[in-house]
Amino acid sequence: MGRVKTIARRSFLVGSVAVLGGVAFGTYMYKRDVKNPLLAELKPGEVAFNPYVKVDAQGVTLITPRADVGQGAYSIQAHLLAEELDVELADVRIDPGMPSAAYYNGVVAAEGMPIAATSDSMMARTGRGAADVLGKFLGLQLTGGSSTVPDMYDRLRHAGAVARATLLAAAAQQTGLERDQLRTESGAVVLPDGMRLAYADLAATAAEIDPVQDVTLRDPSEWRMLGRDHLRTDIIAKSTGTQIYGIDMVMEGMVHATTRTNPALGGGILGYDATEAEVMRGVQAIMPITGGFAVVADNTWRAFRAADAVKADWGEAPYIGDTAAQFADVAASFVEDRQDSRFKDEGDVDAALKGADVLEAEYRIPYLAHAPLEPMSVVVKLAEGRLDIWTGTQIPRFVQEGAAAVAGLEAENVHVHVLMSGGSFGRRLEDDYIRQAVEIALEIPDTPIKMVWSREEDMTHDFPRPLAISRARGAVSGGQVAAYDLGIAAPSVTASSLGRLGQPAIGPDVAIVAGAWDQPYAIPDYRVTGYRVPPMVPVSSWRSVGASGNGFLHESFLDELCHAAGADPLEERLRLCWHDTSRKVLEAVAEMSGWGSDLGPGRGRGIAFTLSFGVPVAEVVEVTDTDRGIRIDKVFVAADVGRVLDPVNFEAQLSGGVIWGLGHAMNCELTYSGGVAQQDNFHVFEGMRLHQTPQIMVRGLENGDRIRGIGEPGVPPAAPALGNAIFAATGKRIRELPFAKHVDFV
Amino acid sequence: MRLRVNGTDHEVEVEDDMPLLWVLRDELGITGPKYGCGIAQCGACTVHVDGVAVRSCQLAAADVDGEVTTIEGLGTPQALHAVQQAWVDHQVAQCGYCQSGQIMQAASFLDLNPEPTDEQIDAAMSGNLCRCGTYPRIRAAVKTAAAKLQGV
Repeated sequence: MGRVKTIARRSFLVGSVAVLGGVAFGTYMYKRDVKNPLLAELKPGEVAFNPYVKVDAQGVTLITPRADVGQGAYSIQAHLLAEELDVELADVRIDPGMPSAAYYNGVVAAEGMPIAATSDSMMARTGRGAADVLGKFLGLQLTGGSSTVPDMYDRLRHAGAVARATLLAAAAQQTGLERDQLRTESGAVVLPDGMRLAYADLAATAAEIDPVQDVTLRDPSEWRMLGRDHLRTDIIAKSTGTQIYGIDMVMEGMVHATTRTNPALGGGILGYDATEAEVMRGVQAIMPITGGFAVVADNTWRAFRAADAVKADWGEAPYIGDTAAQFADVAASFVEDRQDSRFKDEGDVDAALKGADVLEAEYRIPYLAHAPLEPMSVVVKLAEGRLDIWTGTQIPRFVQEGAAAVAGLEAENVHVHVLMSGGSFGRRLEDDYIRQAVEIALEIPDTPIKMVWSREEDMTHDFPRPLAISRARGAVSGGQVAAYDLGIAAPSVTASSLGRLGQPAIGPDVAIVAGAWDQPYAIPDYRVTGYRVPPMVPVSSWRSVGASGNGFLHESFLDELCHAAGADPLEERLRLCWHDTSRKVLEAVAEMSGWGSDLGPGRGRGIAFTLSFGVPVAEVVEVTDTDRGIRIDKVFVAADVGRVLDPVNFEAQLSGGVIWGLGHAMNCELTYSGGVAQQDNFHVFEGMRLHQTPQIMVRGLENGDRIRGIGEPGVPPAAPALGNAIFAATGKRIRELPFAKHVDFV
Repeated sequence: MRLRVNGTDHEVEVEDDMPLLWVLRDELGITGPKYGCGIAQCGACTVHVDGVAVRSCQLAAADVDGEVTTIEGLGTPQALHAVQQAWVDHQVAQCGYCQSGQIMQAASFLDLNPEPTDEQIDAAMSGNLCRCGTYPRIRAAVKTAAAKLQGV
């Protein structure tokens, strides 16, 4: 680990050309096979054909190393394995496995590179290859960037196929029959006479032979699971209260803890008075931790109450602390020395706008909290030089390393047990709360400690989606959009979050302009410039990351240009769009929504399109302007992921993405005073509730050239489609989120 | 004090004002009811007291004046309640963290109002927050459960 870490520090240059230098250096290690982490802990009679399939006398275990944060990752990973292995998912164990370099993510690093998903240039292909090399080289086990399906599609099917072929070979050896006389079905090898040899009974023999690596994957026409409706593997547990999340872990002798650190993040603690709290019932210890204090008690509520009774003296925020001043600094960032990127620069925008009738607008988007419904929580136990951690996380290897550093242990003595997450939306790409729990464990060893944040601690200690301002200029000519010059100023998510993981981020931050610079429009004079605002509130990835806000910034002003040109916003997008797969999603929502038909008075439709994470998504929102405010009636969504592997969950993720996008655009913002987030619970940060939820119609297209993930791409077009619909219904153009600052919603 | 939960009597010695949620979770080890907000804004902690949905994060232990039913007592994986069956059939859950509360809210609501209109469903279920956005399927599942409970 030590060596990889050293190299990693020097070569994790996502977002810069230097990434290719790091890759060349890593090629030797990249070509070596990854080590199978299951082999180290294998017991007699068990066999692990690869890092994903283990068989013992009790049965089959499928390892699903991408975290399930609600997006159904465990279920789809299990289905990918089972499709080739021929097992029934009701009969197998599904286990997220242990942190391991073998479970590296081979595609996510490409999101940090300035490569348009629509590009198949030499540079683009090299970059994508580099992402795989980099992920493998670093052992980057990370769930995010809608990467689970694209990353695991071939890998897991192959793993399932290797396991099946090896079990067939074992059966042939055990029976003396030829392999082509045997077939597999539902977890067993079936002999010509119909006799069944369960995989479990073949484990011992299979353990003695080398895995059969020469396999051919089944053609999709032969699939019996993928592409069809199936039950999520966790659906019964999640409908009966029997699913164990990180917060539900119960252990013998466990104590309950909570922490409080400075809500002006990183401001530190000058001192605290726990006199009153120390004598409260059930309180066992109150101790300082980095930036604050921890309370250990015999019950979570008692720990919360005691923490409330501690009087803390917090330091000042090490960043601009008030919302107005924060926006002022963003507004001051449209200057040359803060220019971060200009990945899109077609034609000659300056010349095109000179002398033209220029349309100009400024847009603003706020900070937003992740606020997964399960607050940050973890169980830790430090005993005899071994640290065990149970939690929901998207970054188990970073957790392992970070906890090892806090505890002063080697990473190999830190055991991370990943549990189901009650939501994340990017929040669990951070390990701050886990490090706090390890600090407590150092003071109270040999005891399982469950550390739970209060909702208020969770929301005021988020690393939010950053605020941003865009300044857009454009011109129209002959009824068409002719020029579009978009500047976006925002703090860097990439630098902020990689910094907390001890990793450098060199070069421009693609996230500042993602979902804007890479859109497939052939506007003759077209430029997108990113400006980097100096660090303020520490920020992180929020469902769909940069595109989450940039979809609104880009598509709202494009809509303004369409209207200025006197063009139909959907027809004009179709005319401008050069990417065939994207055109087809636009055509699909046009057809689904009956675009162009008369909705009647006080009603309006808005269209928006964003290509993010390689997935083109078009959304049409229908609203009615009622006397009680705007009501969202219907949303039509079309998206293309190349191939829909799980239709039920595809629909769930897309409609969930729409609701996420709409709910926050309507109702949510984090504002700051003295560096402290002012919204600390759901009464002031609701997202969407059921009574505001529109009907949502979803269609999946399969024209794309590569398979993609759908957890995030539904989010970016939702806000602009709503804003464009409000404009269509009312004539009012809202250029600031949340919309509720300017209109009422029913 | 004495609490009857899912048909079993428990003797607990806690402060009068400890919310029922924390008695269930930390004293009795019943983890189906979830902590989400602590201020009755999310509904993840919803349980029944004598069949009526309450936010257990706001109900003091000393004020519990009836039999408590949690999601674990509504039905089990082997014997699903009609509402749970509808939740499975419609595959409502994503992260699932709010769904114990959603199901308990829906079960109590349908008990009081067996033939709800769409508007009544929206009103009854809007106090339960879902961050994943499973609302369209919640609507559909409540309707399916209503029909099933009516024997349609």
